[in-house]
Amino acid sequence: MVATESAGRYLEAQRRFAANGGASAPGWLQELRATAIARFEALGFPTTRQEAWRFTSVAAIAETPFALSEGPAAPLPALADLEPFLLGDAAPHRLVFVNGRFSPALSRVEGFPAGVRVESLGAALRREPELVRRHLGSVAGFDDHSFRALNTAFLADGAFVHVPPRVALTEPVQILFVTVPGASPAATHPRSLIVADREASAAIVETYAGLGEGVYWTNAVTEIVLGDGARVDYHRVQRETEQGYHVASTQCHQGRDSRLTVHPVAFGGALARHDLLVALDGAGAYGVLNGLYLLRGRQHVDHHTVIDHRQPHCESHEYFNGVLDGTSRSVFTGRIVVRPGAQRTDSKQTNNNLLLSADAHADSQPQLEIYADDVKCTHGSTTGPLDERQLFYLKSRGLDAGDARRLLTYGFAAEIIGRMEVAPLRERLDRIVRERVWGG
Amino acid sequence: MSVAPMLEIRDLHVAINGTEILRGVDLTMDRGTVHAIMGPNGSGKSTLAQVLAGHPAYEVTAGTVRYEGQDLLDMAPEERARAGVFLAFQYPVEVRGITNSYFLRSAVNAIRKHKGQPELDALDFLEVLEEKLKAIGWDDSFLNRPVNEGFSGGEKKRNEILQLAVLEPRLAILDETDSGLDIDALKTVAAAVNTLRSPARAFLVVTHYQRLLDHITPDFVHVLADGRMVRSGGPELAHELEAKGYDWLRDGAVVS
Repeated sequence: MVATESAGRYLEAQRRFAANGGASAPGWLQELRATAIARFEALGFPTTRQEAWRFTSVAAIAETPFALSEGPAAPLPALADLEPFLLGDAAPHRLVFVNGRFSPALSRVEGFPAGVRVESLGAALRREPELVRRHLGSVAGFDDHSFRALNTAFLADGAFVHVPPRVALTEPVQILFVTVPGASPAATHPRSLIVADREASAAIVETYAGLGEGVYWTNAVTEIVLGDGARVDYHRVQRETEQGYHVASTQCHQGRDSRLTVHPVAFGGALARHDLLVALDGAGAYGVLNGLYLLRGRQHVDHHTVIDHRQPHCESHEYFNGVLDGTSRSVFTGRIVVRPGAQRTDSKQTNNNLLLSADAHADSQPQLEIYADDVKCTHGSTTGPLDERQLFYLKSRGLDAGDARRLLTYGFAAEIIGRMEVAPLRERLDRIVRERVWGG
Repeated sequence: MSVAPMLEIRDLHVAINGTEILRGVDLTMDRGTVHAIMGPNGSGKSTLAQVLAGHPAYEVTAGTVRYEGQDLLDMAPEERARAGVFLAFQYPVEVRGITNSYFLRSAVNAIRKHKGQPELDALDFLEVLEEKLKAIGWDDSFLNRPVNEGFSGGEKKRNEILQLAVLEPRLAILDETDSGLDIDALKTVAAAVNTLRSPARAFLVVTHYQRLLDHITPDFVHVLADGRMVRSGGPELAHELEAKGYDWLRDGAVVS
């Protein structure tokens, strides 16, 4: 079987990794990796026969012989090459990873309040393994997820942000994972761990990007842990190249009265799949998922979201807008679970897909599982071309048909971008959307 | 100087989905005048307003409409707007993600571009906008909200009038601008409209009720019933309709 054969490649690679580069890790991490690769071996790559993967075939990933990335190619990209993916002086703190490995030369992390950790996961594992151990893998389980299992099996580097109790980071922290593809296909398994302790707050901008020609695969996992009363604004921008494959999980755990906003934006990738979990695991928690995908050509982008109301009095809002051109395809799954006892849950979900081409296709499936009786849950989904009534309204104000269409298309994306917390990121995304919509 | 009337409608027949709604409408309007069109539900009032703005769903089966001497029916909706025709919608649509001020600037610049004038940047436009708001006595509270999104009925209608003020049309058509307004909102909207009256601008006010005309005094009142103008007169006609209803006009009492 193809699936077994392709999975075997990773088992072999993991054995080599565990014996060489991975051998310096703490014992508990080596054990975690061993468990994870065993789990991956048992699961194999998912197939479209599985409900969660019904609309997205990962055969192209399974069948491409991706080697484990050897780290940055020499020479490193210059900071100027990364400028399109960074926010400049407006966001001075950044952790930059090239082909999965931390690059101190391209990063800048200094001047944080005492006790704050913003560093590579590799460094944190060396310096404070117990702090990392407490949280790593606590949210991103891999029992039922091949790709998280694979990421964990190769876990070596990534970003680590830890904000101690009652400390507020006033400026956003940027995390950039950039791939410079080599001559043969390679994979990276970046890992981010973001922990905001009790009443701490932080804004994060995590970006995944590709630079140059070549096939590559990013298999990322980000874990976000919010203590009671913590606040995190997490922005995630996926700008892989047209030849890039992107599979990712963002797994979030929210404590009591915490507030989390997650802003996933997907522009790139030949094939991209993003699983998001927001677990509202303390009474009074507030979670927002505010996502955007802008697709063209033959792109296929799948967002699989779960908002898990585990405790009472939590509120969640989920907005996903998609704009699809060419023969692109999107999948949105919005699962909302309200557990027994999660009374007074208030949850709203919308997914709107704008089809700019007759050959584009969007699948949208809300899934509500409600096991409590005193809850408010609403969901709505639209898919179609631009609204004729809106077009006429704009034309009646003097805009020609093309300008009317462009303005409405822009508005579709701007609605999501407008909710983001980090101003320089909003401006950057706004510019990207304008370039897409108006050309230039 | 052109001697053509601002608007000249002759024997206009209009159908939607094969059903004839307007069955021979005639109307002539001069610059600076305010004409009210009244009529019962289903008489074709809103159809007339939409057709003048160029709504694609309506089919003109006969007749002519000339605007400042030009063939209006031959013009695309955006060409009509650029030529100075404005429709205040009965049901303004929401435009998500676009703020009011951005939308208005796009519209103003579309018209300026068409006229060969330089486009206004955000700062220049804000000045224009502030000036217009001041003139109609409103604050800037909904400039940065998305167009009509989450607006109350009254706010939507006010927003239409704000657009009117900013776009400075020569022919403004108000389609049931009073519907859904409480009396205070009605007065606010009417007062703004009155400040926008000028010798260069004509208004066509479409309404079911006379109460809007208590605040915007028309020069002429026309009654549309079953797709035809059944009576025309001065402002007193509106009061007569208020007292008697529409039925007395429909019972064969057609006045040419």
